[in-house]
Parts: sequence; C-alpha cells; structure tokens
Amino acid sequence: MNLLIKSPLSARIGLCIVLFNIIVAIFAPLIAPYSETEVVGDVWEQMSGNSLLGTDHLGRDLMSRLIFGARNTIALAFITTMLSFLSGTTLGFVAAVKGGWIDNLFSRIIDIIMAFPTLIFALMILSVMGSSVMILIVTIAILDSTRVYRLARAVAMDIEVMDFVEVARLRGEGLWWIMRREILPNAMPSLVAEFGLRFCFVFLFIASLSFLGLGLQPPLADWGGMVRENAGAITFGIFIPLIPAAAIAFLTVGVNLIVDWFLHLASGMHN
Amino acid sequence: MKSENLLQIRNLFIEGFYENQWNTIVDDISLDLKRGEVLGLIGESGAGKSTIGLAAMGYTRQGCRLASGSIKLDGMELFGASEEQLRSIRGDKIAYVAQSAAASFNPSHRIIHQYAEGPVQHGIMDYEQARKNAVKIYDRLFLPDPEKIGLRYPHELSGGQLQRAMVAMSMSCEPDIIVFDEPTTALDVTTQIEVLASVKEITEKMNKAALYITHDLAVVAQVAHRIMVLRNGGLVEEGETRRLIKKPKEKYTRDLLSVRTLSEDKNDEDKTDVILKVKDVYATYNGVDNVLEDINLTVRRGRTVALVGESGSGKSTLARVITGMLPATRGEISFLGQPLSPDLKHRDKNNLRRLQMIYQMPDTALNPKQTVRTVIGRPLDFYFGIRGKEAEKRIRDLLTRIELEPAKYIDRLTPELSGGEKQRICIARALAAEPDFIICDEVTSALDQLVAEGILSLLQDLQREMNISYLFITHDLATVKAIADKIVIMLEGRIIEQGEKKEVLTPPHHEYTDKLLASVPVMDPDWLDNLLDKRASTFLS
Repeated sequence: MNLLIKSPLSARIGLCIVLFNIIVAIFAPLIAPYSETEVVGDVWEQMSGNSLLGTDHLGRDLMSRLIFGARNTIALAFITTMLSFLSGTTLGFVAAVKGGWIDNLFSRIIDIIMAFPTLIFALMILSVMGSSVMILIVTIAILDSTRVYRLARAVAMDIEVMDFVEVARLRGEGLWWIMRREILPNAMPSLVAEFGLRFCFVFLFIASLSFLGLGLQPPLADWGGMVRENAGAITFGIFIPLIPAAAIAFLTVGVNLIVDWFLHLASGMHN
Repeated sequence: MKSENLLQIRNLFIEGFYENQWNTIVDDISLDLKRGEVLGLIGESGAGKSTIGLAAMGYTRQGCRLASGSIKLDGMELFGASEEQLRSIRGDKIAYVAQSAAASFNPSHRIIHQYAEGPVQHGIMDYEQARKNAVKIYDRLFLPDPEKIGLRYPHELSGGQLQRAMVAMSMSCEPDIIVFDEPTTALDVTTQIEVLASVKEITEKMNKAALYITHDLAVVAQVAHRIMVLRNGGLVEEGETRRLIKKPKEKYTRDLLSVRTLSEDKNDEDKTDVILKVKDVYATYNGVDNVLEDINLTVRRGRTVALVGESGSGKSTLARVITGMLPATRGEISFLGQPLSPDLKHRDKNNLRRLQMIYQMPDTALNPKQTVRTVIGRPLDFYFGIRGKEAEKRIRDLLTRIELEPAKYIDRLTPELSGGEKQRICIARALAAEPDFIICDEVTSALDQLVAEGILSLLQDLQREMNISYLFITHDLATVKAIADKIVIMLEGRIIEQGEKKEVLTPPHHEYTDKLLASVPVMDPDWLDNLLDKRASTFLS
C-alpha cells in the first residue's frame, strides 16, 4: 500500500486502466446492454441511443460484444502468458544452471519448434487437435515459451557466472534454491519487461488465428477477432473496426505503464 | 617556462544528486599545477579524487554538477564554457588515462587506429604522421616492437602493455596536462613498475604536467612532486612529497602511511594438526594443457598460508580445485585427514560446511536481492536447521562479531552496504557455517587501504578466537608480510618456492621471488629511481 502511495502518476493511470478492464470483464453480464449474440439492428449501424457504439457485421451490438470480449481476451491472454512464462523460465533456468547436455537437449528442441513459422505450427496443431479454448491456450503458450526460454536462458547465464551463485553451489544448494532464490530475483526486470510485450502479442496472435477460422470460435467475442470480422467496414469509411483495436491499444498501454513501474522498482533506481 | 601555471583551480565546489537533493561531493578545493610538475591526489574511494581529475577537463559525471569556483586551464576558464569549447581542449590540451585500459580501448579496433583518432579528429596531423609519432612514443614507453605493436588488437597485449599503450594514446595530441586516474591499480606489482616508469618518462623528460590519482601512497610517492590528501571531498593536507611522507601533520595521513604490522610470528609451526593437504595435484581447463602442475601444499590448524603470484599464475585456479569447482585431473586432496572427492558434487554436506570461501569482489559475491538476514541466515538453516528466533539470535551474534551493529544492518539489502561492510558480511556468511578452513581469494584487493586493514585485522582476530586456518590468495606482498605464517609462491601454474614467512622473505630466494619482492613500492620517493637504475645497470653488464 505504501508502495502505491509513492507510485508515479503513470503507474496509477496504468493501474486504473487495467482495473477498469478487469471489472468490466468480471461484471460483463451486468454491464452489457445486450447479450453477446443478440442481433439488435442492421449491419454496421452508426452510433445511436439503441446501440451506443454501433453494430457489427451481423448487426450485433458492438458495445456488448466489446464488454464480453474483454472477458475472453484478457483471461485468455493472461493464462497463456503465465503458462508460457512458467514453462519457458523454468526450462531456461535449468538449461543455464545445469549446462552440458541438458542445455543442449532443451535448446535444440526449442530450435526445432522455432524453425516452423509460428502460424503454421499453430495451424498444424489446431487442425489436428481441434480448436477448443484449452488447446488454443496450450498451443500459444508453447509457441510463446520458446521466446521466453531463450530470454530466460540468456539472462540466467549472465547471473549464473556471478560469485554469489558459486557461493550457493559451494554451500551444496540444490537446483531449486539456485533457480528460485539466487537467479530469479535478479532476472525479474528482464522477464517482467518481456511479460508486458508478450501479453499484448497474444491478442494479436489470436486475432490472426481467428481470421483463419481457428481462433476463438464464433459467436464468442474477442477483440482481435472483432477487428478482423469488421475489417471490411473500413473500405466503406465506417470506423467500427477501430473501436476494438482501440480497446486493445488501451489495455496494452495500461499493462505497459505498470510494467515500466515494476522495472523501475526492480532496478532499484530512484527517479 | 618552468613556473608557467598550466592549471589553476580555485574554491571548487562540485555537487552530486542523490537521496533527492544536491550534496556537496567536492568541498572547496584549490590547486595549481605547473609545467613539468606532477601533483598526486590521494584518498580512499569517495574522497572525490576522480571527480576533481575530471573537473580539470571541465567534465562531471552524470548526476553531478560544478556548483561554484573557477577552473582555469592555460588561462581559459572552463567553468561555464560551452560544450564546443570544451571538446576542443580535451585531448588537445588535457588528456585522461583511465584505471582500466582493457575497458577503455575499443576491442575491435587496432591500437594504432585508436591512437590516431584524436589527432586526426582535432585536425592536428594526418594519419601517417600520427602513426610515426605513435611509434616514437611506443619506443619511449618501452613497448616491445614499437613498429608493429600498434597493429595489434587490444586483447593481444598484456595488461601492463595495454596500460602503457593507453598512456601513449593520451600523448597523441601532445597535451600539456595528463590526468592519470589510478593507472596501475588493476596491475600486478611487476607490471606496475613498467607503467610507473613510463609515467615518469613522460612527465620528467617530455616536460608535461600531470595529476596522478591513486589510493596508494607508496605509488604516488614515486611519481609526484607534491601530494594532496583528500577525504570526503575536502582537503586534509597538502605538501611536498618528501615532507609529507616524513612529517605528516594530520592523523588521517599518518593512518594512511602506517606500515602494516599485524601478525606476531607464531612458533611451533609443525605441532598443530594438518587441515588441508594437497598432493601432486594437476588440473586443466581444456583437457590438454595443464594450468596447474605438481602442486603440493599443507595448511595446519590455526595457521595462515599465503599463496602469492601474478595474475595468471594459477592461484585462483588452485582455489577452484580445492573447492571442487574444477576437479583435479591427478593427485589427491585430503581434508582433516580424509581424502576429499575431487568433484564438488560428490562431497558430503559436512565437508562443504567446513571449507568456506571468501571472494575478491564482495559486490558480486552477495546476491543484490537478498537482505543481510537471508545471506547469513541461509547457511544456519542449510547446515544446522536453525530457524526463527534461534537463527535471529545467531545472526545478531555474528554481526556483532564482525563489528557491525545488528539493529542497523540486519534488514538491509546488500547493495545498500559499502565495500568494506559487504566484505564483512561475506566473512559472517562463511563463519555461520562454523568452518575449519577458509579460502580468502584476494579479499582485500578491491578495498581501500584503511578498510582493507580493518578486514585483515578482523580475520586475524577471528583466527585467534576460533582457530580457523586460512589459505590467503593475494598478489599484494604487503598483505602477505602482515598476516602470513607460511608463504607459497606460484608462477605459471607451478609452486616455485614455499616455506615459513621468515625463510621466504630472507635471502637467498628464488630469482622470481626476488623480482616480486623488489617490485613492491616502498614509502620512499627514491625507490623507483633506484630500482630502475639498478635494473638498467644489471641489464648493461
């Protein structure tokens, strides 16, 4: 709490944005004027009292879909990113600390996964396993974790050569202590910065998958998907697809303002 | 010509921004520097030496500002001068030689190209002319093969050569003043001589003025005409070198001067039991070349064995072999009478506990994200399962033992401590394991002289109280003389001489030991000249 009082204005703005998004997501059924699927008017209607932000390509209320979309989008992005960071960081740290054949094995497997273009890899898995939310999460998490692995391994290698890690080894500490207590706290700044970025990339990735029909399945709403679905409106000079895009940008900015603040705290800098 | 005042600093105040306000870090300093004169600035870290050195070039580090006063370089006022004006004098009129040449050279350009950069940039001469000058200066600074050495890359030169190349580079635009900022601190005693000789060559024979910044009074005594002793940004005392060394006025100066005599000679050396025995040990990094060959040494209970040698002599490698980080390829290490597995992984927890290590760099030996409580508490928990209240009490006892006030330090994060305090915490961490034997790897070389002395006497007290044995790795012979019972001298991965302290330090000794001992600066302004004369005459005869 004390931390919060001393936080800079930018961090507070970020916090407000993210909190706002989360509250909207949680209370979606109470806030939204219509349901996610209800058709309320014509295609791409302008803003009116009936539908505050206009309607989408099927005549559903954009505002309601945006609100319900917040749920799917934020939850999906959060879970996916957490999963990818848990696995990527753990494997990366193990590789850096253990070295030798374990490092080689992990790194080569990761290289193989990375050799496939991400979209093609995702398509492969999703078309074989079917496109359920669960599988979507796991697929994106695996793909993301390759990047996280590389970062975590590189950062951990820099820390691993420091004397305090050697002290821990000489003391006889196990792998878990070295990873958790010696390396992780020092790797946090890099990982947190990456988290902010990855979190936002997930929306965009889901959007591209949705475009190919393998993302979240209709009629579920997600912001990335909504941009795609309504992209055609741009040609008619209707700015409806810009609204979900703005929502993505809004949340991205909020998340990164908080990330910046964390970085600041973690680096121990003042001012 | 002789009395020409090149640099005149009057009532200089410099401020640094920390803890949310501007604080004075250089406090009312005035100095004059004449042509052909060397002024030594001496003090511990944080004394403001480097800040003054940089201010002489009209430069301050980030987060600092020139608050008031006047800096006149050859008649030109630098205080408030534009960036453009300052750039024109830097390198041209005044040049800077940094502590670490290895870090100051760009590793991917040849030495001579970096030499020529300054004069070509300032439009003083073209590349060809700069190259010719470089060869001349390389020759004067005794660099081997002056014609070709400039074509090498920085990593192809040794530390001492690189530092001399750096000195040569500072001469490229033929400045009037050179600021030497601890140019020999990172070097071995034997290479330090080469650099000191080249500093003397430049200042005396080429008639340049210099500011020589160091924390080592014995070093500055060799090159400086006058010495200013600084502390916390202020002047403690100033005087002509010989006078200052003979009759220091202030107590602080006397403390800096005081010769280290800490250990009384212990007799009955062979009566105590053997803690560590290293027998016929060989080790290698790449499986082909031995970095250690035929190492034999013994450490007894309650005794200190000093392991001496230049960098690259294999001292630290031997420590790694003993701790098991680098398993020996041949030979045997026994600890408390039992053979010790060469590989760390196969040693039992009790042996790990009884053999502790303290490192050179307390900054990297402490996890910056841990508090003092965690650092000291972990070995207690790990080896003895002590937690909670009992651990709290033990941690406080240990802190008291290393002369740090428990209430003040226990909750601090390690980056919030000074270098000396950090090293004390490292000692407490080692003590928490209740060891029989501690390897001290250059534990004082990163610290200021007075702080280092505090650490050494702490280690000695602990040895007396707890009967711990030390293997003390160092390249500093003054430290060795102060605390060792037995001395082991290493060169190129082999032990070339070992014995009781008195035995090794009294002639006749091995040729290399002789060179090593002769290279330690003593507090005598004529020492360097005499040594160089002596070497020159032996070379001629």
